[in-house]
Amino acid sequence: MPGFLDFDFILGRVIPYLDRGLLMSLKLIIPATLIGGFIGIVLGVLRVFGSTAIRKSADAFVAVIRGVPLTVQLMILYFGLPSIPWVKIYLAPYTAALLGFIICTASYQSEYVRGALLSIQQGQIKAAQALGMSRWQTILFVIVPQAVRRALPGCGNEIIYLVKYSSLAYLVTCIELTGEAKVLVSRTFRPTEVYFAAACYYLIIVTAATWLLGKLEKKLEIPGAVRQK
Amino acid sequence: MHTPASETPILRAEHFSKYLGGRKILDDCSICMHPGDVKVLIGPSGAGKSTFLQCINCLLEPDEGEIWLGEKQINVKNSKELCYLRQHVGMIFQDFNLFDHLCAQDNVALALRKVRGMSKQDALKRAKEELARVGLADRASLFPAQLSGGQKQRVAIARALAMDPTVLLLDEPTSALDPELVGEVLTVIRDLASHGMPMIMVTHQMEFARAVATEILFMEQGQVIEHGAPDDLLAPGTISRTQDFCTRLCDLCSGDTGRIEE
Repeated sequence: MPGFLDFDFILGRVIPYLDRGLLMSLKLIIPATLIGGFIGIVLGVLRVFGSTAIRKSADAFVAVIRGVPLTVQLMILYFGLPSIPWVKIYLAPYTAALLGFIICTASYQSEYVRGALLSIQQGQIKAAQALGMSRWQTILFVIVPQAVRRALPGCGNEIIYLVKYSSLAYLVTCIELTGEAKVLVSRTFRPTEVYFAAACYYLIIVTAATWLLGKLEKKLEIPGAVRQK
Repeated sequence: MHTPASETPILRAEHFSKYLGGRKILDDCSICMHPGDVKVLIGPSGAGKSTFLQCINCLLEPDEGEIWLGEKQINVKNSKELCYLRQHVGMIFQDFNLFDHLCAQDNVALALRKVRGMSKQDALKRAKEELARVGLADRASLFPAQLSGGQKQRVAIARALAMDPTVLLLDEPTSALDPELVGEVLTVIRDLASHGMPMIMVTHQMEFARAVATEILFMEQGQVIEHGAPDDLLAPGTISRTQDFCTRLCDLCSGDTGRIEE
């Protein structure tokens, strides 16, 4: 019987499994962050500046997505859609998981963006209008660039969440980091080493993401507007 | 209200009324600008001066009234015509309203590129010229948060001038400034006036108003109740509502207002 925390076992069997899972996790997290972030900004803008009909539908969409657990959403996407008569959409596990994450993260991001958009002074909007800029030019070139900067800390938080809820993908048989860990545990009956190793993987991803977000925040910082230390 | 003149006025705002929250904020106000006119709106707070100014370029849509730019009446419901009006009527705000995420030259260049359709290079060249005109050539790449209040307001003036406005509206351009920074902004405005830039200005700097205005309009409770050349309205011994207001204003600030940097 090998001892507790057997390094040969970890290096020889756990790491190769988890590396494969990590790759799949990144394939989910990175596109979901980028595409979801972009859709989140668009959704946030529509929820603040869209016509009444667009605003109401975007609000309703976000309310539904935020009101249903992600697990249930993933189940509907993967197991539910094929059984709807006339629709019968069959999604591959990866597609279902990615789609679910994009929709979910976009909805949450839109909320941060919405708050930031509302915080931009009316004065700057008036100034842009007084220069003859159209409504959408004002939104695109004056309001959004500032709002994105203000929303960044909140959006970063949502990205960190996304890293962790990506572990739900194994529920729709998209085997990522957590999925691989589960498979390995069921073969070796050594949950301690495997799950501790998986936890370390997540910690590393989150640390890297935090570092990158800090870099981005610094890069986008407006000179002179540094908060007092 | 109309001064007799042979040429067509460059801008006419006629019979403006505006209701806000059921109250009549602006009651049948008119103003008519000829080339070189500098008209100053004064009056107690809440008189409707800023409202009137913001109605002229439709930042607040007047409920009644007509606006003419030269020979052309502007239909403010039409967004193309509204944009045309705003391009020709520059505006300076009390609290500058610079775009916080852009440096001084980009603040000036943004509308040149997006509204006028100029190339980035041409727009930046023009922006630098305008900044030089207000004495900020060496501050072109600084951001609003790195500028003093007076410098911010001068950038705002450069931004408005870059659009080659027919008329400039100034809404208390020095009210948000520290006293020692008022002079540099007034110098720029006086310089514009002496070069014949038509302006409508709301201000409490009475000495300054007297020095640059071709006409003073005194507003109270949403109406223009007196108007005339500063010398007529403010001459010692004249009994006018304007004179009375100014005397009280000057008593309050003990004659400290409107000093101009030479």
